[in-house]
Amino acid sequence: AQGLNARPSPLSTDEAPNSFEDITNYNNFYEFGTGKTDPARNAGALTTDLWSVEVTGLVDRPGSYGVDDLAPANALEERIYRLRCVEAWSMVVPWIGVPLAGVLNKVGVQPSAKYVEFETLVRPEEMPGQRRAILDWPYREGLRLDEAMHPLTILATGLYDQPMPNQNGAPIRLVVPWKYGFKSIKSIVRIHLREDQPVNTWKQMQANEYGFYANVNPTVDHPRWSQATERVIGAGLFGGRKETQMFNGYGDQVASLYAGMDLSVNY
Amino acid sequence: MVRAANDALRRLPVWAVWLAGTIPFALLVWDTVTNNLGVDPVQQIEHRLGQTALYFLVAGLAVTPLMRLTGLSLMRFRRAIGVICFAYALAHVLAWVVMDMALLWGQMGRDIVKRPYLLFGMLGFAILTILAVTSTNLSIRRMGGQAWRRLHKLVYPAAVLVAMHWLWATKVNEVQPILWASAIAILLALRVVVRRPLAYTRPARA
Repeated sequence: AQGLNARPSPLSTDEAPNSFEDITNYNNFYEFGTGKTDPARNAGALTTDLWSVEVTGLVDRPGSYGVDDLAPANALEERIYRLRCVEAWSMVVPWIGVPLAGVLNKVGVQPSAKYVEFETLVRPEEMPGQRRAILDWPYREGLRLDEAMHPLTILATGLYDQPMPNQNGAPIRLVVPWKYGFKSIKSIVRIHLREDQPVNTWKQMQANEYGFYANVNPTVDHPRWSQATERVIGAGLFGGRKETQMFNGYGDQVASLYAGMDLSVNY
Repeated sequence: MVRAANDALRRLPVWAVWLAGTIPFALLVWDTVTNNLGVDPVQQIEHRLGQTALYFLVAGLAVTPLMRLTGLSLMRFRRAIGVICFAYALAHVLAWVVMDMALLWGQMGRDIVKRPYLLFGMLGFAILTILAVTSTNLSIRRMGGQAWRRLHKLVYPAAVLVAMHWLWATKVNEVQPILWASAIAILLALRVVVRRPLAYTRPARA
């Protein structure tokens, strides 16, 4: 495939990205199965042409948008971000995408909107994981509007200068690098602007383990495991663990969003 | 039929079971050196060792119900099955300590007391250790058969703890741990439902 020629971004980390092999063969995408290699094995069946994203709710220009409408080729940037999974492993991924803020400005967010809700495709005939009710499909996620408008937040349509592989959330997905990976919802078919806080799928599943905010935070443990350290994927058999950084190392840019909030309550 | 099978089993040397027990480990070593464990080899090694331990645990638990239901006796091999189970459990714990947790003793200690799945796993492992250490003929002689048998009934709570260890470690209800937990539950229940047949009870005192 030809490269996407995305512009480099000053918001990228200078850490070395994981290999394409790592990034595309170690995925949590339960729509294709709960194993880490299930998405790579099963996602080939997903058809992503003729994709449209419904933009609904408190917006001036609701409607059905194509991927190219939301993320036109000439606007694509490369964002090399750390990814920290709630399961205490991490990677570095060179995403290609556009700031979500630009997309939201394009559709015109109304002043009463306070939150953005996202939904993943439901298509059990192509997504075998959805044939069992392991989660309450469709997968849903949400952000506060100021989080959604933050310059670090992007809608990604590719990685490693290639169109997004299906197992990574083709054709368009969210990436919020200071939050645990499950916030970065994949294969988005709906973006809904609303006044009240939406309920995200994992919080609905187990509210004491997964919150709405899900900011990476080494001082607030998951009830079943510590979040103090993380295992770096690709580090080898004896690569050890590294200390997890507050807000996944993006604290300088995002900590002010949560000023005055008790993060052990709003986890 | 059953007699012929039992005769054949009697001719099978116990070392064949020991040898079979090394096969999963050899395959794991092979997959490791040929780089065939995928993107996260640490997790693969840890999980495969743990699962193999569980398979041998279930095999050990199946010996008695199998005998009561079919008359087929694998009793000669049960010690080997149990010790192999312990060896894999030990390797599983070592993989966690060295490769997964990278010898961060403080974090491991805090995690074990705080996390039910780790606590279940460690308690189960502690029991298996006691059973493995007392698995020798010498221990049986020293303790006396009755006391030894009573001690080794601890394998039942160990099996329950191991099943809970896996169930509690997953984020959603996954099929595999549920199936193995069910297998353990059935094997334990069979001991209550299918009592020891009269013929196998100790001979009446003269």
